[in-house]
Amino acid sequence: MSFINYSSREINCKIVYYGPGLCGKTTNLQYIYAKTNPEAKGKMISLATETERTLFFDFLPLSLGEIRGFKTRFHLYTVPGQVFYDASRKLILKGVDGVVFVADSQIERMEANLESMENLKVNLQEQGYDLKQIPYVVQYNKRDLPNAATVEELSRLLNAERVPEFQSIAATGWGVFDTLKAIAKLVLQELKKGR
Amino acid sequence: MVSPQMVMYEEEFNQISAICDRLCREANSKVVFLVDKNGQLIASAGETENLDTTSLASLTAGNIAATGGLAKLIGEREFSILFHEGEKDNLHISIVAGRVILVVIFDARSSLGLVRLRVKKSTLELTGIFERLLKKIEDPAAGSPFAEITDEDIDNLFSD
Ligand SMILES: Nc1nc2c(ncn2[C@@H]2O[C@H](COP(=O)(O)OP(=O)(O)O)[C@@H](O)[C@H]2O)c(=O)[nH]1
Ligand SMILES: [Mg+2]
Repeated sequence: MSFINYSSREINCKIVYYGPGLCGKTTNLQYIYAKTNPEAKGKMISLATETERTLFFDFLPLSLGEIRGFKTRFHLYTVPGQVFYDASRKLILKGVDGVVFVADSQIERMEANLESMENLKVNLQEQGYDLKQIPYVVQYNKRDLPNAATVEELSRLLNAERVPEFQSIAATGWGVFDTLKAIAKLVLQELKKGR
Repeated sequence: MVSPQMVMYEEEFNQISAICDRLCREANSKVVFLVDKNGQLIASAGETENLDTTSLASLTAGNIAATGGLAKLIGEREFSILFHEGEKDNLHISIVAGRVILVVIFDARSSLGLVRLRVKKSTLELTGIFERLLKKIEDPAAGSPFAEITDEDIDNLFSD
């Protein structure tokens, strides 16, 4: 849930990167962190296991500039992808303003993508949100891999809603900022509606 | 259900900040801060210069969310107070008005007993302010400062 602070003239929004384990959510945030000016970002926090798998969440605060005298700040979170961390994923979705679904393009991971997307819908519903109504974009990651499914195939299976979709190679950063800009824009447009 | 959007106005912010300042002094603590349950910092007081308050806010909210999840699993509604003891500094975390988190950082110059006592008093006052604030936010006449922004304003943000 966005937080408008008239006193500090700030507007805070929460964006969650969702998707199956190892699809590249943490890599998205790492790239954004690496490419953002020091004055526009806070510390990136990763609550991870010893093998670098996300345990609870990654967190990255970002400033994107001013709109009408209000500083816009986005808090980016990732969820742990592994199936058994479902309780944590629900917690992180609380108060979300926008969702990026990161899909793993590899054909072998299609099952995992579908399962994760179903899980996203259920977890959002539990909190009274509807994926069809909140700002939401899809990213097809790992486009560099030879076993990647075609975008048409991914789109057909994972984007029945026809929301904005992006190809990416998070490992090199290709497509990462396009995705971020798209979701940030949708979130601001939603605020404009004054939900 | 979806909780209403959080909005902070100058008037309430000043009242809340004054209470945080006073609590920090009266509890002999180092830092006091208030965080929205979603992890956004609302106000802070004390020695915050060298403190990453944004990270603290996010982790505090994560902590409360996780312990809240634990509480539900064992049949409690939530744990309204958490206490973390360190070698030098300690953290006292409590929930105000059901949706904001009050954090007090203190060392040996204070004590858990004193902090608890002062937090109790401040919580009562903060609860009153937040209840008024939430009513104000829910008032449909309140309007959004963003109703006026244009698609162009939004595009300009990304024009580099
Ligand atoms: N080939 C390739 N590897 C990627 C890409 N994005 C991420 N990875 C790798 O996939 C692995 C899992 O990424 P991570 O971000 O930790 O996944 P998460 O579980 O979704 O957070 C890491 O080894 C990354 O380097 C990509 O676009 N292409
Ligand atoms: Mg991860």
